[in-house]
Amino acid sequence: MSDAAAVHGHGLADEATKRDFLKLVTGGAAAIGTVAFAWPLIDSMHPARDALSSVEPDFSPFVCGAGVTVMWQGKPVFVRHHTKQEIKAAQGAPLARLIDPQADSARAEPDRAQWIVLAGIGTHLGCVPPGCKAAGLRGDRGGWCCPCHGSQYDTSGRVRHGPAPANLAVPPYAFDTDTKIKIG
Amino acid sequence: MRAVASYVAAALLLGSMAAVPGQAQEAPTPPHQEWSWQGLFGTYNLADAQRGFQVYKDVCSTCHSMNDLHYRDLAGIGLSEDQIKAIAASVTVPQGLDDQGNPKDGPGQPASMFRAPFANPEAAKAALKVAPPDLSNIINAREGGPDYVYAILNGFSNPPPDFKLAEGSNYNEYFPGHQIAMPQPLHGGDVTFADGAPNSISAEAHDVVTFLAWAADPNMVQRKQIGWRVVLFLVVMAGLTYAVKRKVWSDVEH
Amino acid sequence: MAGQLHDSDFKNPVVQWIDTRLPIFTMMQKEYMVFPTPKNFNYFWNFGAMAVVTLVIMIVTGILLAMNYQPNTELAFDSVQHIMRDVNYGWMLRYIHQNGASMFFIVTYIHIFRGLYYGSYKKPRELLWMIGVLILLLMMATAFMGYVLPWGQMSYWGATVITNLFSAFPVVGHGIVTWLWGGFSVANPTLNRFFALHYLLPFVLVAVVGLHVAALHVTGSNNPLGIDVKSPQDTVPFHPYYTAKDSIGLCVFLLVWAIFVFFYPHALSDPNNSIPANPLQTPDDIVPEWYFLPFYAILRSIPNKLAGVCLMFGSILVLFVLPWLDTSPVRSARFRPIYRKVIFVLVLAVVGLGICGAHKPEGIWVPLSRICAVYYYLHFLVILPLLGKLERPLPLPESISKAVLRRGGGPLPQAATAKPMEKA
Repeated sequence: MSDAAAVHGHGLADEATKRDFLKLVTGGAAAIGTVAFAWPLIDSMHPARDALSSVEPDFSPFVCGAGVTVMWQGKPVFVRHHTKQEIKAAQGAPLARLIDPQADSARAEPDRAQWIVLAGIGTHLGCVPPGCKAAGLRGDRGGWCCPCHGSQYDTSGRVRHGPAPANLAVPPYAFDTDTKIKIG
Repeated sequence: MRAVASYVAAALLLGSMAAVPGQAQEAPTPPHQEWSWQGLFGTYNLADAQRGFQVYKDVCSTCHSMNDLHYRDLAGIGLSEDQIKAIAASVTVPQGLDDQGNPKDGPGQPASMFRAPFANPEAAKAALKVAPPDLSNIINAREGGPDYVYAILNGFSNPPPDFKLAEGSNYNEYFPGHQIAMPQPLHGGDVTFADGAPNSISAEAHDVVTFLAWAADPNMVQRKQIGWRVVLFLVVMAGLTYAVKRKVWSDVEH
Repeated sequence: MAGQLHDSDFKNPVVQWIDTRLPIFTMMQKEYMVFPTPKNFNYFWNFGAMAVVTLVIMIVTGILLAMNYQPNTELAFDSVQHIMRDVNYGWMLRYIHQNGASMFFIVTYIHIFRGLYYGSYKKPRELLWMIGVLILLLMMATAFMGYVLPWGQMSYWGATVITNLFSAFPVVGHGIVTWLWGGFSVANPTLNRFFALHYLLPFVLVAVVGLHVAALHVTGSNNPLGIDVKSPQDTVPFHPYYTAKDSIGLCVFLLVWAIFVFFYPHALSDPNNSIPANPLQTPDDIVPEWYFLPFYAILRSIPNKLAGVCLMFGSILVLFVLPWLDTSPVRSARFRPIYRKVIFVLVLAVVGLGICGAHKPEGIWVPLSRICAVYYYLHFLVILPLLGKLERPLPLPESISKAVLRRGGGPLPQAATAKPMEKA
């Protein structure tokens, strides 16, 4: 009797494990399926295809020392053409004295050093610092000056005077020709 | 169970009936054509679609807009970024406002909407008496879909002797009522294809219908690919859940 | 007494902490795990669960669509195109939602058929049934308004035809229609408010479905034999028996839905709705979606506008009073040989109405829709009350567990035939 019970008990245990394994596989598959279904739903909230487009301003009619602001991804991008003095000042700035040290060669293309392309969003609280128009507020360093809390950026867009903690960001860009830039 | 089957059959029958409307004016049913994208494994023939885009650009776009398409979408029929940029740059499209606040034009960009021949439907109607429909979704918007559009493009002819053709209308065998406002758009040889493909009316019509089908449903290939995976997964899951159910119920009389 | 915590049985300390303050785990355990459920359900009993899952998926896809949809007549059609072409997986969201409406009605109609066949509307489940009819009405309102949102030709003209119906009511009719429109035709105010209401009603539906399930849990479920549960031998705990069984139905259901979404997304839709709405051009044939066709046919079967409107709404209202129209003491059609045939004819009549609704009201479709509409009302108002009195039902089994043991065996023993019939 006890032998039969033992065999019976052992059989039941086997059955139970088989059932559990099946349930585990089924439950696991269902979980994977749910996650796989959820991913496209979440991805649908990422920027749509029309938000990802690039902008290609043409700068042939450009005046030396002038700048322009274009919109890209709904935000301003500064493009400025520097004079020789401005290039020298930007390249010569002592890195040790910078709040956010970064060489000019890391920010402007070395063989096109007269061009600087910057995201026009202040790194303190996000205001747009004017300074592209020749007659605008350019601050002590000849770059950009933010009227909100007085941050100052140099011609390379590096922060020289706070409260901003970081340099103006450089967006992805590439030169199509000498006078055409593709931003984004 | 039989009741279920009959109910399901009824539901499907109802569904098929719902797709039957609008046979109001007489026109023969367009003949069935074989299209590369039909069926569970179909894809768009990209060469056909590219030639079709050329037909649209050179012939149809004189009157028909495709406002839901942007030049960047043409990557979906296999055009390269450079080709797209060139195509876009070759047209003049609205480019927002100038410094004075007036609307200005400029060369197209990949992000630009397809150039519309008329600024709005009123301008189209003023020029052509009837505003030509936008073609972005035309394949979905007509009973018979691609077969219908193909039949229309090939269906122009002289009216039968006793037919009263109204002023400004053209006789078309497959248009409901036979009187279509559009004059025959394709005559054969309207476009010369770089790959030397035939450019008879039916060849051009076939290619432009392929392009229009893609335009109306650009995500079709991805949709079917995902579809196979989903169907396979659910078939497996149905099998697994059935096995679990059998196991769970094995100790109950039912 | 204030400040008294709920007495919770759970071991896990986090679960216990929550449960003593808000006994949701106790509730889930009681209502969805140990809940005694008749053990003889067939697959017809899956459809309620399928409907709930459909509602959840429709709400999720609907909210994501609403993030991109623009409820303005100038922008609506283009916003849907934007979803289809530019939003990541937007086409999938749209097709799931669009075909989901059809799936929701398929599932609900089968669920209702189950109720009719097995007498689930009879005492003590009358209120459960009435709440269900309310759910059907809410679904129909939601679906109607949702169809207007893409602002295609059929959206616009369907909205125009159906809202115009209300002008049939004497004296207040035209006032009601102007109030519904928010203007003097279906236009931007109408579209905007339909969007607001289409977003709202599904949540009202969730609440009413909650009441529906609560009412069900008071009486317990019906079963294919239509006889009451007599003892625990007649039941099994809901989990794992019916969670396992429901998941099979769910997989098959999702499979059917997926086949529509990924391979035949346009099978149930009208080409006219791919044309932007044009108030100056009426399509040849204004047809609603397939799930409204039987009602549409009833509406058009009578030349008189007011009569048509009343008969159309009446066809649903008559369902509310069904528990009192059917006089039979026996619940399940399994034991009602005549009713079983009669209900099949009703299904034919409804399908017939649907086919009529898809055609223009001319030729044979007119008399056919009238015959089917008359039969529909005849079934509920004449046949059911009389049949209950005149029909001789088959003898009912003693209990569910006895019937289940006997299944596959021989005929009923003599003793069972002699037993008095089960009162509903």
